[in-house]
Amino acid sequence: MSNQPRTLSQKVWDNHVVKAEDDGTALLYIDLHLVHEVTSPQAFEGLRMTGRTVRRPDLTVATEDHNVPTENQHLPIADEIGRKQVETLRANTAEFGITNYPMGHKNQGIVHVIGPELGLTLPGMTVVCGDSHTSTHGAFGALAFGIGTSEVEHVLATQTLPQPPQETMAITINGELPEGATAKDVVLAVLARTGTSGGIGAIAEYRGSVIENLSMEGRMTVCNMSIEWGAKAGLIAPDEVTFEYLKGRPHAPTGADWDAAVEAWRALATDEGATFDREIVMDGSECVPHITWGTNPGQVAPIDSNVPAPESFESPEERDAAERALEYMGLSAGMAMRDIEIDTVFIGSCTNSRIEDLRAAAAVAQGRSVKNGVRTLVVPGSGLVEEQAKAEGLDKIFTDAGFDWREPGCSMCLAMNPDKLAPGERSASTSNRNFEGRQGRGGRTHLVSPQVAAATAIMGHVALPEDLA
Amino acid sequence: MEAVRIVQGRAVPLDRSDVDTDQIIPSDWLKQVERTGFEKGLFSEWRDEPDFVMNKEEHAGAKVLVAGPNFGTGSSREHAVWAIMQYGFEAVISPRFGPIFANNSTKNGLVCVQVDGEIVQQIMAAVVADPTTEIVIDVERLTLEVQSLDITVPFHLSESVQHRFLNGLDDIGLTMQKADDISAFETGRPAYMPSAG
Ligand code: SF4
Repeated sequence: MSNQPRTLSQKVWDNHVVKAEDDGTALLYIDLHLVHEVTSPQAFEGLRMTGRTVRRPDLTVATEDHNVPTENQHLPIADEIGRKQVETLRANTAEFGITNYPMGHKNQGIVHVIGPELGLTLPGMTVVCGDSHTSTHGAFGALAFGIGTSEVEHVLATQTLPQPPQETMAITINGELPEGATAKDVVLAVLARTGTSGGIGAIAEYRGSVIENLSMEGRMTVCNMSIEWGAKAGLIAPDEVTFEYLKGRPHAPTGADWDAAVEAWRALATDEGATFDREIVMDGSECVPHITWGTNPGQVAPIDSNVPAPESFESPEERDAAERALEYMGLSAGMAMRDIEIDTVFIGSCTNSRIEDLRAAAAVAQGRSVKNGVRTLVVPGSGLVEEQAKAEGLDKIFTDAGFDWREPGCSMCLAMNPDKLAPGERSASTSNRNFEGRQGRGGRTHLVSPQVAAATAIMGHVALPEDLA
Repeated sequence: MEAVRIVQGRAVPLDRSDVDTDQIIPSDWLKQVERTGFEKGLFSEWRDEPDFVMNKEEHAGAKVLVAGPNFGTGSSREHAVWAIMQYGFEAVISPRFGPIFANNSTKNGLVCVQVDGEIVQQIMAAVVADPTTEIVIDVERLTLEVQSLDITVPFHLSESVQHRFLNGLDDIGLTMQKADDISAFETGRPAYMPSAG
């Protein structure tokens, strides 16, 4: 390698080039391939049709998450097509010798929750999955991105992926977070700044004191939504917080391997003097609690503000989009965010279903009760999160407060299982997408942090924990 | 995939920005394990509205979809590309594409033509005014041509993608020719890398 200063993502990239082409396209080696039931069946079918096999089943892990129900997981899935998809995954992983964590297994869960908690995701790795929120794993300083089904097949067959060159981008958030702000608000504030396309074509590195001070859970929440502002991947340099989180995890290295690994991981940080193709600098004070008001995650504003008027946007494109969004969402310009009444609260998804998220929401819920008529779902991200939450009594805090405590899965994040919004129903959701119909046909989604979701469930309208009596 | 040289035909004007893959194919359609039949799910929620543009008779049989910026953002579901192609579209024109969608398109032979927003608006207006407007997308010359508007503009595909489109080549087969390089790389991986088994 040259001695030129390099960024974190360039180093990880360079470390994985199997072969470089003249046009800058690189064949990258993939260290970890995560698989789930929805985007893999056609890929396995492709392998069978061409007589190919899985090159590295030992670097491939599957789980059932997208369409599994969050109640009665000990019973077969009632929905026939959903059940067939899960059964297909089981048959495919058995046929090709891939580990699968099925419903009910303690290691089962949302694919982006289980990778890190099992220590499968490590700094400096390349991680792919047929799911756009694979960017979550970037929190460990891994180059992690979502791929389509053809690419799933490609990785299964070859353990590599051809990748065109990418721009690098730095998003630096200096200073400190305002009181009551969370990692979710950090990434929502980034979205407020960049819109949904600010990161297109780039691999982004989050840096600065606000990022350094986040826990691993918080970092995962931030990296998770990189795709929402258009970035291909989002990374954070591994540091003591990262190592502390990983040490002792089931698949993390041990003994002399651990020491060698940590030494290699420390060397991944962006070199002094390395330059990025693009840079955004923000201040922590921008990251006040936010909420989305529209139908894409870039349509977002502080909770202490009002629903914006379409005329307030500069470009005709944005004005049109805002107009359509307000109509779909059934909101009028100028109303206070806090006056938005909510029917359903969803706490879960690969953005906010880890133990820290549940602790934060439980702290708000403790000793209070959900407003009459508000439907709630609290869905832990994995079997291990569920187990931990129960050990800490969080499930009890939630159920005492009237929240509905469920079993792990993607649930109402994308509504492929029975957890759906009805047409016109409005949710405060800790997930990552507020697209039209995302949580059920005609459903209206407001993205928020777990703390805000819990406070909102108690008040029945959008609220901050500090609004509670 | 099949080779693609020229896409020539009429278009559907979808004058919306931020058409994400949840709109292109709602999640209910993702439960299938087959690779076909997704055309029924294409824009299924919007198509229930009788006056949705794709339901208009004058646009039946169109090969090109013209859309506003940020087409195909969101989820990585390749089902979105399958749905568009199985419905009969061979190309999409937009000022900006969601990157995973654009990449998935290259694996299936759907041509994503990214051109300036003003050009897209011109074409959109022309197609609305006259649904028989012919659009020619030439993958060999990398040009988009609308004769009635007297425009011919270039668009970009990477050399390797263009090569695969023109020759109908399968990515996996190409990579498998590099099996020795892959094996050589594998011997150098650090010992601390975990195995999933
Ligand atoms: S929780 Fe939502 S975003 Fe995350 S993997 Fe599941 S469906 Fe995708």
